[in-house]
Formats: sequence, structure tokens, C-alpha cells
Amino acid sequence: MYLVQFLVLSSILFCIGVYGVLARRNAVLVLMSIELILNSVNINLVAFGAFNGGAIPAEVFALFIIAVAAAEVGVGLALVLTIYRNSKSIDLHQIDLLKG
Amino acid sequence: MIAAFAGTMPVVGAVVAQNVFFYLIAAVMVIAALRVVSTSNIVHAALYLVVVLAGVAAQFILLGAEFVGVTQVLVYIGAVIVLFLFGIMLTRAKVGSEDGLTHNNVAPAVLTAVLLLVVMAYAVVDYAKAPWGDGALEIDAVDRAPTTVELVSDSIFSTYIVAFEAISVLLLAALIGAIVVARKE
Repeated sequence: MYLVQFLVLSSILFCIGVYGVLARRNAVLVLMSIELILNSVNINLVAFGAFNGGAIPAEVFALFIIAVAAAEVGVGLALVLTIYRNSKSIDLHQIDLLKG
Repeated sequence: MIAAFAGTMPVVGAVVAQNVFFYLIAAVMVIAALRVVSTSNIVHAALYLVVVLAGVAAQFILLGAEFVGVTQVLVYIGAVIVLFLFGIMLTRAKVGSEDGLTHNNVAPAVLTAVLLLVVMAYAVVDYAKAPWGDGALEIDAVDRAPTTVELVSDSIFSTYIVAFEAISVLLLAALIGAIVVARKE
């Protein structure tokens, strides 16, 4: 296995996630695409660690990223629920209160 | 894990098996990720996300990071997906397919993603080909044993103890914040 295999795989996943964030109108689906992006970054970290001998710091960083991603999903879904309760919709086209 | 078989199996066989499994898992991951961003059923999108996350865990195990792989399964597939399904149900998604999940004009999004992919893939491959780069580094399972939980936990509770405490406080703050934001007045 070569390092470049993992880097290309994670760039493909990252770009699919970016497409999802830009193209989706449903707030929950946008959060799912953000999870794709965070996971591709984790593959990168663990691959660099494994291929450079000292894998431990990379794995610790990956664990911290997993913890932060879990916190992000919790807060993000709480925000989505509040938006749904206030406007009865999570369509991102209708969330335009800050638009002048 | 694969290294355990290395004694009984010719080295070439182990290396080939590693590459076969890498490409197999990678293909499944990419197809499932494309379905996540293109399906018209929100529940199906969450279930395809499970496939992608399980594929990431499999790649971690292939790289010898067993503890991270297990944590990925526990935290993502166990907790985050359940949270997503709760979010889908509490926002009353329709059962079955639904219109209006994607913008009418996706051309700018496709353009951005493809341009980003071209730039990143070119940079990565160029880095791998450069004589000073280490993108062409090669490992196979017979070279090294997987990192043990003991090593990871020693590192977390000695070198990275401050970061660990900070992340504990962050999780507590996120928990309280989520409750406060989602609570009914």
C-alpha cells in the first residue's frame, strides 16, 4: 500500500462532502455531508501517522477529532430542531432572516 | 491483524490481499458517499452514511490503527447515526422519497467540487512523484504490528493530558449547549 492511495481516497471523499454541502437544501443532509468531510480528514491523519512510523500522535489527534465531531453533531442537530420548531421547515431556502 | 498470518503466508500474498481489500473498501465507500449526497430519501442517506463510516473504520484497521477503528464504530455508527435518525424523525421527514432535497441548479456545486478534486488530486500525485516527497512511502502489514491500546492510552494520559481535559470540558459544554438550545421555553 502506498500513502498516495489513501490521500487520493480522502480527497475524493472530501470533494463529495463539499458537493453535498453546496447542493443540498435540507439542513440534516448538509450536516451529514459535513460528517463526510471530517471523516476524510481523519483518514488523512491516520494514514500519515501509519506511513511515518510514529503513529501514536496521529491516532490521538484522530480520536480528538472524533470527539469534536460528536459535539458538533449534537449542537448542530439542536439548532436544526430549534429552526424547525420556529419555522416548521428545515429548507435552507427559507432560512433567510439575515438577508437584507 | 493481518500481520498474524504473515508467518504462514508468503509475503507477496499478504501485500496483494492488502491492496485488494483497500480498493474494494474504497470503491464501496465512494459509491455510498455519492448516494448520500444524491438520494432523494433522507433515511436512506443516513443508512448510506453508515456504509461510508464503516468503510472508514475498515481503512483504519487496514492501517493498523485498531483503537481508532473501534472508536469510529462506537461513536459514529453507534451514537452519531442514532442522533441523525432522531433529527430526521423529529423534523417529520416524509416516509419514502421527497422532492426539494437538492437545489434546482447544481451546476455551481458540481463545478466547485470537481475543480477542488482536480487541484487536490494533482497536488497529492505530484507530491508523491517528487524525489523529496514521501507520498510514495510504502508499507505492508508484515512490516509493522498494529499500535496497541496501551500505547495510545499512555500517550493520551501523559503527553496529551491537557488536550484531553480540554476536550472533556468541550464535550460537557456542547452537551449543556445542545440542551439549552433545543429546550422548549
